Amino acid sequence: MRHLMSPLDFTTQELDRLFDLANDIERNPQNYAHACEGNILATCFYEPSTRTRLSFESAMTRLGGRVIGFADAASSSASKGESVSDTIRIISCYADICAMRHPKEGAPMVASEKSSIPVINAGDGGHQHPTQTLTDLLTIRSLKGRLGNFTIGLCGDLKFGRTVHSLINALVRYDNIRFVFISPEELRVPDYITDMLREQEIPYEEVIRLEQIMPELDLLYMTRVQKERFFNEEDYVRLKDFYILNVSKMALAKKDMLVLHPLPRVNEISVEVDDDPRAVYFKQAQYGVYVRMALILTLLGKDR
Amino acid sequence: MLNVGRLEEGIVLDHIKAGRSLDIYYLLQLDKLDCTVAIIKNARSNKMEKKDILKVECDINMLDFDVLALIDHNITVNVIKNGEIVEKKELTLPKQIKNVIRCHNPRCITSIEQELPHIFYLADTKKEIYRCKYCEEKYAGYSGSELK
Repeated sequence: MRHLMSPLDFTTQELDRLFDLANDIERNPQNYAHACEGNILATCFYEPSTRTRLSFESAMTRLGGRVIGFADAASSSASKGESVSDTIRIISCYADICAMRHPKEGAPMVASEKSSIPVINAGDGGHQHPTQTLTDLLTIRSLKGRLGNFTIGLCGDLKFGRTVHSLINALVRYDNIRFVFISPEELRVPDYITDMLREQEIPYEEVIRLEQIMPELDLLYMTRVQKERFFNEEDYVRLKDFYILNVSKMALAKKDMLVLHPLPRVNEISVEVDDDPRAVYFKQAQYGVYVRMALILTLLGKDR
Repeated sequence: MLNVGRLEEGIVLDHIKAGRSLDIYYLLQLDKLDCTVAIIKNARSNKMEKKDILKVECDINMLDFDVLALIDHNITVNVIKNGEIVEKKELTLPKQIKNVIRCHNPRCITSIEQELPHIFYLADTKKEIYRCKYCEEKYAGYSGSELK
C-alpha cells in the first residue's frame, strides 16, 4: 500500500504516469465518472483549508465516490485528546482512502504508519504540501509541454514559503532548469536550498527586482509577501511594489511566459493581469482537481 | 598517573573529549546496568592534552556503540577479554537513532502524540547531519542535555 507524504515519494517516471492519467481525465472525464463508485474518501482536516479540502472533495465526487470527514480539529475527536494514531485506525474502518491536513509537522506520516488505507498528506504545518507541488508540476507540464529546459523565476516570500521549497526540490530532478530567486534580502531562499543547488551544479541567481529579470523567464511563480515578515515598515513600503505583478511588468515578459500562483492571491498580482492569457493561476486550480483525481485512482490501484 | 584496576572483560573507551565522559555514561545507559564503571576525567594525553576515559566491566553485547559516534567518532573503543585488548572498534554514524535525542521543534507531531518515538535519520553522511523522521528538523548537535 502506498501513501503520499512528499512530492519526492514518486519517481519522475511514476509522476509522468500520474500526469498522463490526469491529462486523460481532463480530456475524457466521462470515462472516470464511475471509477470510484462504492469508495469513500475521508477528509481529515485538523485546521481549516477551504480550497485544498474542496479540491479533494471535488476530485472524489467527480470519480463517482463519496466523501466523509471534518473541516477543523474542534469538530473531531482530537478536541477530546485523541491521538492521530488512534484516529486513523478508526478512519481506516470507515473509508478507503484518507486526505489529512494537520498543523503539526509529520502528523500525516504518523497516520500512514498506523493506517490500513492510503493516506495523502494534504499539508502538515510549514513542512510539506505535496498535492500543491503535484498541481504545480502538472500545470507546467500540461501548458509548457515539458518539465525541464526552462528558466523559472520564483518571486516573493522565498524564506517561509513551503510551496516554493517543495517545488524547487521537485524540479531539480529534471534537466536543464535555471532558477531565479526574486525576493527582498529578508525573505531570501534558505541556505540549505542554495547549498543543494551548488552541490548539484544547478544554475541559479538571486535578484531583488522583478523587472530586471522578466525578459529571461519562461515561468514566473508568484507568492505573497506579507507585511509582518519585514523588520520595519520603511523596508516594506520601499520594496512591496517590486513584487506586485502588473501589466507594465508583464509587458517585459516573453510572449509565452506563464504566471503561476498557489493562491490565495492578495495584492501581489494586480487584477488587471487576470485577463492576460499568460496568467494561468486559475487554470492551475483546475489542474489541482485533475491531479488529485489521478492520485486517488493511483493510490487505490485503479489507475490501470 | 592514576591507577585504576585491570579489566578482565569489558570495554575501555579512550580519547573521549575532556568533560564528556558523563554524557557517554548516560548515553550508554550505564546508570541502569549493574556493572563496574570507572570514569577517569582529565587524564593527560599526548594526542589531546586532556581526555576522559571510561572503563566498563560487562558483557559488551549489552552496549550499543553506534550512538557513541553521535557524540564523537574519534573515541577509541577497546574490547577487553581475559585482560587483553582483543578488538578496536571503529565508530560509524548510525543510519537511524531512536529515542536517543529529542526533536525540539514545537511544531513537530512528536511534541503532542502519545508515546511516539523520537527517530532521527542520517540525512547527510559527509556533513554528519541528522533530521527528524517526522518534521525533518535538523539535529543541532549533541549537547548532553537531550537525555535529561
